Amino acid sequence: MSGLSDKLSDTLADRLGDRLSDRLPRLRLPRRPSAFPWAPPNWPTSVPMPPPESRTGSDYETEWARRYGVRLARAAVLDGVIRPLVHGIIPPVVEGTDRLDGVEGSVIFAANHSSHLDTPLLLSVLPRRFRHHMVVAGAADYFFDTRLKGALFAFSLAAIPIERTKVSRRFLDLAAELLDDGWSILIYPEGGRSPDGWGQTFSAGAGYLSVRTRVPLVPIHVAGTVKALPKGTGRLRPGPTAVSLGAPITPGPGDDARRVAQRLEASVAALADEFRTDWWQARRRAAAGASPSLSGPEVSAWRRSWALPVSASRSPSATGTSGQGNGAPFSSGSGSDTPWSRR
Amino acid sequence: MSPRPGFVLDVDRSTPPTLMWHGEGFRLERLPTGSRIVYPSEPFEPIEDADFAIRQALENPMGDSAPLSALLRAGMKLTIAFDDVSLPLPPMRAPDVRQRVIEAVLDQAAAAGVDDVVLIAALALHRRMTEPELRHALGDRIYDAFAPHGLLQQHDAEDPENLIHLGLTDQGEDVEINKRAATSDLLVYVNINLVAMDGGHKSVATGLASYKSLRHHHNVHTMQHSRSFMDQRHSELHSSNWRMGRLIAASGVKVFQIETTVNNDPFPEQFSFLAKREWEWNLRDRAAFLAVSASVNRTPERIKRNIFNSMRSPMGLTSVQAGEVEAVHAATTEQVLREQLVPVEGQADVLTMGLPYICPYNVNSVMNPILVMCLGLGYFFNMYRNKPLVREGGVVIMSHPTPWAFDPVFHPSYIDFFDQVLSDTTDPKEIETRYEESFATDPWYIHLYRTGHAYHGVHPFYMWYWGSHALAHLGRVIIVGGDSSAVHRLGFKSASTLSDALEMARDVVGPHPSITHLHNPPMLMAEVT
Repeated sequence: MSGLSDKLSDTLADRLGDRLSDRLPRLRLPRRPSAFPWAPPNWPTSVPMPPPESRTGSDYETEWARRYGVRLARAAVLDGVIRPLVHGIIPPVVEGTDRLDGVEGSVIFAANHSSHLDTPLLLSVLPRRFRHHMVVAGAADYFFDTRLKGALFAFSLAAIPIERTKVSRRFLDLAAELLDDGWSILIYPEGGRSPDGWGQTFSAGAGYLSVRTRVPLVPIHVAGTVKALPKGTGRLRPGPTAVSLGAPITPGPGDDARRVAQRLEASVAALADEFRTDWWQARRRAAAGASPSLSGPEVSAWRRSWALPVSASRSPSATGTSGQGNGAPFSSGSGSDTPWSRR
Repeated sequence: MSPRPGFVLDVDRSTPPTLMWHGEGFRLERLPTGSRIVYPSEPFEPIEDADFAIRQALENPMGDSAPLSALLRAGMKLTIAFDDVSLPLPPMRAPDVRQRVIEAVLDQAAAAGVDDVVLIAALALHRRMTEPELRHALGDRIYDAFAPHGLLQQHDAEDPENLIHLGLTDQGEDVEINKRAATSDLLVYVNINLVAMDGGHKSVATGLASYKSLRHHHNVHTMQHSRSFMDQRHSELHSSNWRMGRLIAASGVKVFQIETTVNNDPFPEQFSFLAKREWEWNLRDRAAFLAVSASVNRTPERIKRNIFNSMRSPMGLTSVQAGEVEAVHAATTEQVLREQLVPVEGQADVLTMGLPYICPYNVNSVMNPILVMCLGLGYFFNMYRNKPLVREGGVVIMSHPTPWAFDPVFHPSYIDFFDQVLSDTTDPKEIETRYEESFATDPWYIHLYRTGHAYHGVHPFYMWYWGSHALAHLGRVIIVGGDSSAVHRLGFKSASTLSDALEMARDVVGPHPSITHLHNPPMLMAEVT
């Protein structure tokens, strides 16, 4: 009897189970999710694999970062976040913006470079008509070595990749196209940040671009950022900064890239001199070809460091021949002035 | 970057599954190691300024023809004939090449003061085009200017009043074509060349001909002696049309031929995975494939068909040439082969192919079983030069749902052919002898052809003849995933999976068959050595 009732209850349970399982939604597992097309396909061994298409470095595509919506977002970040931070942490003194008054259309800004703070600082202080319609040439091997970094800098700084060691056709074509479209470009002709605070030789890239496009080149001297965040350190030391804009250099018909690059370097050197002394003294030295070199004295490393200007604050007594560094006096090529004064 | 040419892939364990059309759907099939897959070339770049290229072609004709502008004069009788709805496949995005070309021709005709202009759709025995189809092919400007005045006509191969017999070729073939076209001072023919068979003298000699004329080359003998009909050098179909075309020219019909080629880029961006090599599918391609496959599997047949039929191809113009027929066609064929020809070494025991939802004869309708046979054994099998991709006595395996379904408006005679003829015999020669005439002369089919949108009564016979070379050549035909009753009616074997089909093929060709798969889309033509 009990056997019969067991059998009956088993049958009922089975039926109930069947009914329930019919009514319940069936769990559908993906069909072999590890296989193609769920997973990427294999590459057949008999088909030669093409070299991977590079999408980083100088091949990083930045067109998206210049679309209107992205520009709007960047402008909000720049004016709402970066500018207040810059003015709060490294308050800048800006000189020479009046030299841009007569300039219309695109320009190529070329500045000395000693810190990661240079770009946010310049984007904060350049006139509005330029800073919201400007791209920044950033080292392809540093800012665009991964797609994430590329996206971050393309968005935040409107950076475009440039190769440090050569003037690539891709960069020149893109830059020329952007200048033609009304964009301005910020470029660092030294090719990278100064390793010790002194300037480096200017490459001819900015000059070549200016000669090719006939767009004026605006020299800029930046001071103080190396103190706030020098190369090789991650510690930010708040302090004053200074930005000086020079008169635009427009290449003449007979100018070549090298000559324009030399004029640019001389202009930045004169701006540095002007910043440390005054306009008249700097002009006289520039006219005599005696502006102090940006690259500092060719002496031992510690003496170069010793001779660095200590502050971006202009001293009221600055004369250009006054104070020396803590070490032995250094002289420029002419030997008369001592421009690397510490204050 | 120039497009990569087609090539043959040897399948090994690393080869990903291969995409196959399966009607309005797809299959991913893993072919046995050692099989070969023939991949087509990438599409050629289209001409940037198509309208400029067309104007250039009209003013710089080939052969001994004068420029079009010099052939046009006031008071003349001008007829412009154009390819019908069977080309291109799928229908291209507006503006259609025919619209561009015909507008350029009409511009010149208007400038020359030509009043008597008639446009004719060169249907042969195809169905009449619907108004939307005509508007799509010609554009609204042309349609609205000509159709309301009865100046946009569709060729009627059964209208004795509007046919003219021009004589017999040296092989005794009747040449009877559209009277308006034949008696015009100038006949401009506007063509689209999708495959090497299209165009040349076939445009007028077939497109504007009557049944009396067509039966001389649309028959089993011609098809079985065209190896293949895609290869002009060995095509009896081509030879017959050339004989007729030369007789048409000798009869004083002045033809100004305008031929165009379009690139091998048949499907829009959402379906770009179709024409890509599987190992190059990126995440987007795989997602698109999975999404499309999942949607297709859950969509009712009719809706699915409508969606596919509404697809418009992004194909672009790659060349346009105008002038004397033979000189023009030589340049056109060269252009088509440059894009489609793929060298293949040796024949295989088994040829596999996936068949899509569309062929030249089911635009905007269902692909019935007869058209499945025609597409696989007529078109795809014949896409070769020198010798077929599959050896004599070999097996063709086609993948298509092959529904027992017919469009009663477009294909009425197909229904009776399938019911009455194929249930009796599938032998093309016997079918031709015993049944063709009764269908070809049936007054009801003729009435539907002339007044409705029906293919001519004899058309299903031609479709069957189209595959007659393959039927004579092959040892077995297997359809994977087809309606088994419909497949059996065709005289073929039915298999549920490709593995089953290959197993069945081994009964015919031996236990270790060599297998070649014809990858489609886009289209290719194999140069088999």
